[in-house]
Amino acid sequence: MLLIECPFCGPRAEIEFSYGGPAATRRPDDPAQVSDADWVDWLTVPENRAGPVPERWCHAKGCGAWLTVLRDTRTHDILDVRHGA
Amino acid sequence: MARFSFLELARQALSGHQGWPRHWRSRELQPRYDILIIGAGGHGLAAAWHLARDHGARNIAVLEAGWLGGGNVARNTVTIRSNYMRDDSIPFYVRSVALFDRLTRDLNYNTMHSRRGMVDVLQTWGMVRDRRRRRLTMDLHGATYRPMSVPELRRMVPPLTGGGPDARLPILGAEFHPDAAVNRHDAVAWGYARAIDAMGVEIHQNTPVRAILRGADGAVTGVDTPRGVVRADKVALAVSGHTTTLTETAGLRLPLRTINLSAFVSEPLQPCLDVIVNCPDLGVYLSQSDKGELVIGGATDLGQSFRRDVKQHVFEETVAAMLDLFPAFRQVKMLRQWGGHLDIAHDASPIVSATDVPGLFVSAGWWGGYKAIPAGGMCLAHLVATGTPHPLAAPFGLGRFRHLDYVLEAGTTTAR
Ligand SMILES: Cc1cc2nc3c(=O)[nH]c(=O)nc-3n(C[C@H](O)[C@H](O)[C@H](O)COP(=O)(O)OP(=O)(O)OC[C@H]3O[C@@H](n4cnc5c(N)ncnc54)[C@H](O)[C@@H]3O)c2cc1C
Repeated sequence: MLLIECPFCGPRAEIEFSYGGPAATRRPDDPAQVSDADWVDWLTVPENRAGPVPERWCHAKGCGAWLTVLRDTRTHDILDVRHGA
Repeated sequence: MARFSFLELARQALSGHQGWPRHWRSRELQPRYDILIIGAGGHGLAAAWHLARDHGARNIAVLEAGWLGGGNVARNTVTIRSNYMRDDSIPFYVRSVALFDRLTRDLNYNTMHSRRGMVDVLQTWGMVRDRRRRRLTMDLHGATYRPMSVPELRRMVPPLTGGGPDARLPILGAEFHPDAAVNRHDAVAWGYARAIDAMGVEIHQNTPVRAILRGADGAVTGVDTPRGVVRADKVALAVSGHTTTLTETAGLRLPLRTINLSAFVSEPLQPCLDVIVNCPDLGVYLSQSDKGELVIGGATDLGQSFRRDVKQHVFEETVAAMLDLFPAFRQVKMLRQWGGHLDIAHDASPIVSATDVPGLFVSAGWWGGYKAIPAGGMCLAHLVATGTPHPLAAPFGLGRFRHLDYVLEAGTTTAR
């Protein structure tokens, strides 16, 4: 089980959190201005490294904050936790 | 290749079974082939078999990072079924289930196929509606769901004593999928390997591909491995879970995430379960193996993962869910657990496709793709040999993302 260091509540077990998917890069401000290829890439292609990936977790059974967690997909090591996106 | 038959068995018995030939040979790695298949899992081996048998290709090598059948083909819970959701998906899975039905004969290898059916235990109205919708679509394409009452369900599955009127989630009904089967996964991998070896296809274990090589015109020219560069004008990836690691070396980005799925096996019990039981509202499914073990599967681990182990709480949640419905199994001891890493596409449907790199083909997104091995191999072979998609896999091209024309699917056990 992951131990996620919530910036507000301290280290908490994974079962207190709900998973919010890969942390996507910023949504293009004006989708009409980006190429179709870039739009589809933003919509459908997550980083899928065998290594650190950014993901969203909500401390649902704790303070309710949305966090961005950088976690290594090979080891489950958590390298960084930030509040917000 | 010595054909397996009763006569051959008798003949070999006379010499104390010392004379059986090896299933497949280890051979010298050549610098060039017509076709390279990366990954000796179910999909790679089946593709090689169809290329050799249906398309007359012979100069093929299958390159495998570890050992043959050491990937997900031997780490899954062998549920073979076609209860999918979409007009685009169901015909593909119906064909795959039918091909699995006759695989023992086709490969001359006993896959221990057992068409025992699967029953879905429904405990929420949302799930009842989901299964009814699947049934109506499946009816159009030759897959079967049959609605079942609770008493019928309890007669079919005697140890299913939980989920009564006082339970948190009382059982509302069930759907029976008689097409479903289980078989022996090692036999599937070994059977294909033996059959392709006999047709001259080379299998090279301990040969991890590190990078895909491209020529000046951008087309594929081969692959780089620790045993040297191997050239081919056609390279097909069937590396389940590792697709993006390899396609990135060719500058391709694919809509795939790698996730971990796990399974648990109990000590052997007396026969008590002759049907696959799937409990989608609780997120657990189980069947009983020929050895008597309960084979139990559950939800994927949340988040991306390239790991093959199991998180303790995934195990606990899955087993607790099973005990809700099968309280008698409380006394059963668990023996083994393991996981595998698989890739899942943005719309949860497979990808069998050419790519923007000429000569490079991918078969990926098989997060529930054991059942899909025979048809997936057939369609990948067709694509590699002819350059055009097999009609059954035409909906599974990469172009569907470009056109936002998804084939939205979801699991049958956990649609998380
Ligand atoms: C716990 C669990 C339960 C499952 N249950 C079911 C089920 O009940 N029903 C169902 O239909 N599906 C199920 N699946 C999914 C099924 O196992 C997979 O979809 C299917 O096996 C994937 O295709 P494959 O057999 O070709 O993969 P694999 O057997 O994983 O083959 C891929 C091969 O590629 C090799 N490889 C990787 N990288 C490289 C490289 N760089 N160079 C060379 N070789 C490489 C790997 O070593 C591996 O042998 C389950 C999976 C798991 C983990």
